[in-house]
Amino acid sequence: MNASTTDLGLHRPAFLQEQFDDPLQQREAATLGMWVFLATEILFFGVLFASYTICRVLYPDGFAAASRHTDMLLGTIETAVLLTSSSLIALGVRAIKLGERRAAVALLLATAVLGSSFLVMHGFEYYREYTEHLVPGIDFLQPGVDARAIELFFCLYYFITGFHSLHVLIGVIVIVGVATRVAHGHFGPRRYTPPELTALYWHLVDIVWIFVYPLIYLVGRSG
Amino acid sequence: MSAVDAGVMPHSFLAGEDGLRQWLTTRDHKRIAILYGLGITFFFFLGGAAATLIRLNLITPQGALMGAETYNKAFTFHGVVMVWFFLIPSIPATLGNFLIPLMIGARDVAFPRLNLFSWYLYMAGGAFTVAALLAGGVDTGWTFYVPFSTLFSNSHVFLAVIGVFVSGFSSILTGLNFIVTIHTLRTPGMTWFRLPLFIWAMYAVSLVMVLATPVLAMTLALIALERGLGVGIFDPALGGDPLLFQHLFWFYSHPAVYIMILPAMGVVSEIISCFARRRVFGYRFMTYSMLAIAVIGFLVWGHHMFVSGQSVYASLVFSLLSFVVAVPSAIKVFNWTATLRKGDITFEAPMLYALGFVGLFMLGGLTGLMLAAPALDMPLHDTYFVIAHFHYVMVGGSVMAYLGGIHFWWPKLTGRRYPEAWARFAAILMFFGFNLTFFPQYILGYEGMPRRYHSYLPQFQVLNVLSSGGASILAIAYLLPIAYLLWSLRYGKPAGDNPWQARGLEWQTSSPPPTENFLRPPVVQDAYAYQEPAP
Repeated sequence: MNASTTDLGLHRPAFLQEQFDDPLQQREAATLGMWVFLATEILFFGVLFASYTICRVLYPDGFAAASRHTDMLLGTIETAVLLTSSSLIALGVRAIKLGERRAAVALLLATAVLGSSFLVMHGFEYYREYTEHLVPGIDFLQPGVDARAIELFFCLYYFITGFHSLHVLIGVIVIVGVATRVAHGHFGPRRYTPPELTALYWHLVDIVWIFVYPLIYLVGRSG
Repeated sequence: MSAVDAGVMPHSFLAGEDGLRQWLTTRDHKRIAILYGLGITFFFFLGGAAATLIRLNLITPQGALMGAETYNKAFTFHGVVMVWFFLIPSIPATLGNFLIPLMIGARDVAFPRLNLFSWYLYMAGGAFTVAALLAGGVDTGWTFYVPFSTLFSNSHVFLAVIGVFVSGFSSILTGLNFIVTIHTLRTPGMTWFRLPLFIWAMYAVSLVMVLATPVLAMTLALIALERGLGVGIFDPALGGDPLLFQHLFWFYSHPAVYIMILPAMGVVSEIISCFARRRVFGYRFMTYSMLAIAVIGFLVWGHHMFVSGQSVYASLVFSLLSFVVAVPSAIKVFNWTATLRKGDITFEAPMLYALGFVGLFMLGGLTGLMLAAPALDMPLHDTYFVIAHFHYVMVGGSVMAYLGGIHFWWPKLTGRRYPEAWARFAAILMFFGFNLTFFPQYILGYEGMPRRYHSYLPQFQVLNVLSSGGASILAIAYLLPIAYLLWSLRYGKPAGDNPWQARGLEWQTSSPPPTENFLRPPVVQDAYAYQEPAP
């Protein structure tokens, strides 16, 4: 708390919360808060990845067989879509910093559209797996000795992709909200921390997928 | 709280807006600390009631009160409530919330709204857990081991798991808030190595909360899915791995032990330095050892699983690392002792609690080392020796320190002095009651009495009766502070700003502090400059 704080009280911008001395301190706090949050996210996903790894070591053949039931083409398109969306949001944040409001809104909305299409494609995948009796707990029916391992694989597949899709969904909603606020002029060259942190979150969602994609769709497929 | 603010301080955070609505929507870290304090006290006595039932039941070998099923529910409820709704949030959520901004010279925590939200999550989690009790209870033990919790238990596992899951987010958000606050809101001049050790303890514990709790949350979610939908990765009948659950569970739950003890270490460091009128011995080593405990604490979880069938090589490594984590803990005990050396020691109630902590923590820690040796753990596993060990650390350690801290900062919190004679009496009574309750359990465990049974062999009765007798003394010792602390709110002597002549920043402001914490910007000074003349 600076001695000069109270003198500067009159110049405090409206968005500056009272526990902070100046916008820079608020920005540092928010940014560090987001990074800590992302660290917790990694541990949430870490449980699932660790479980996947252990089960895979226990049942290598079953997991290889199960992997071949996934849709590599759709998975690849989804990866491309998500990576593209991540670059668009980065450009969007840059546009906000430069004060290009229309471009920023367009880029953010494009990110949200790509995110939504990712979810739609995943929905198609889930539906196809349902018709092929691959959904544990609801409709699972597979022949052969590896059936149990395939079921385990698909349990993990639904936990991981389901939890990830939940993150995509939340991200899309937040990005649309940020885009609206950009359109109303809430963010610009003087204040861009919330959009920047949203982008940070979106990149994490993206990075998690970069691990999901090879683990689920690629590894063991050629065997 | 109107009793307190009557004419004590015009600017007090307790004065002014007095309605329930203002309290329930407050963003003031000091008021949130009090909200937590009320919740935690409620759950402490709820968990204590379950403990009372357990000790009453064990007065006779065949079980005086309950059958096996009810007994299982009683100790499960005791464990779940005491671990997640008392011990984990106890010091961080109350004293931590109240003191962090004051000690670093800030107006509030970094995210006040998130702070209030954490309290609501904590209460919501508690409500689910109480609902599980009212619906008929849970019988899995606080560890929720699979496949019992997923396949075989007919009790309300789902509700209890949801309760713990929700309260887990409360501790994640509290940890996040503290980390960011300590990083970004320190007043100019408050450098990292001028921070009071309590702040370092809060920092270390926040790291553990933030990095360990997500693992528990996800694991509990997997249990809920497995129980609810029959899909999962733990059930061996489905090809899953029950050992995987134990690994994930203890990956959180061993660091959770450090979530309970690190804040206690912080509190005790402040108290001992103040009442010995000595600078904390080896300040830097104290900070490094707390960080070391936080980090190494993540690498020892397998010592809970020596008899689970994990590989012997894993057991070997986990055992070694468990011995390693004892080193920084021992450094702290040595440094507290060295702080006392040549000190001008006075024995006010907080000091009695702090000294009690050091002794009991040492005994709890050393028996922990015995259990960390696989050869000794084989016969002692799941006996009362383990029960005694962790109660020495958690009740003898954490609860003593929590009460010591409450007494130490009570004048700051309320602006009133508590009655010293009563407080000393309660502290001493607690020490004796505690030892009478739990020391016999070491012997019981050594003689082979297993934990978690409602009945036992007749030769164990004498020690069990001693333990139950101690528990009733302990119960009185826990009820006493409630009575005289409430009394002091109205009748206690006004405390003044700094009744202990302590040197931390929190003592520079008025008691109770104003809503904005400091009316004039605080001047950073050495928190342990007890050997120099007062400024």
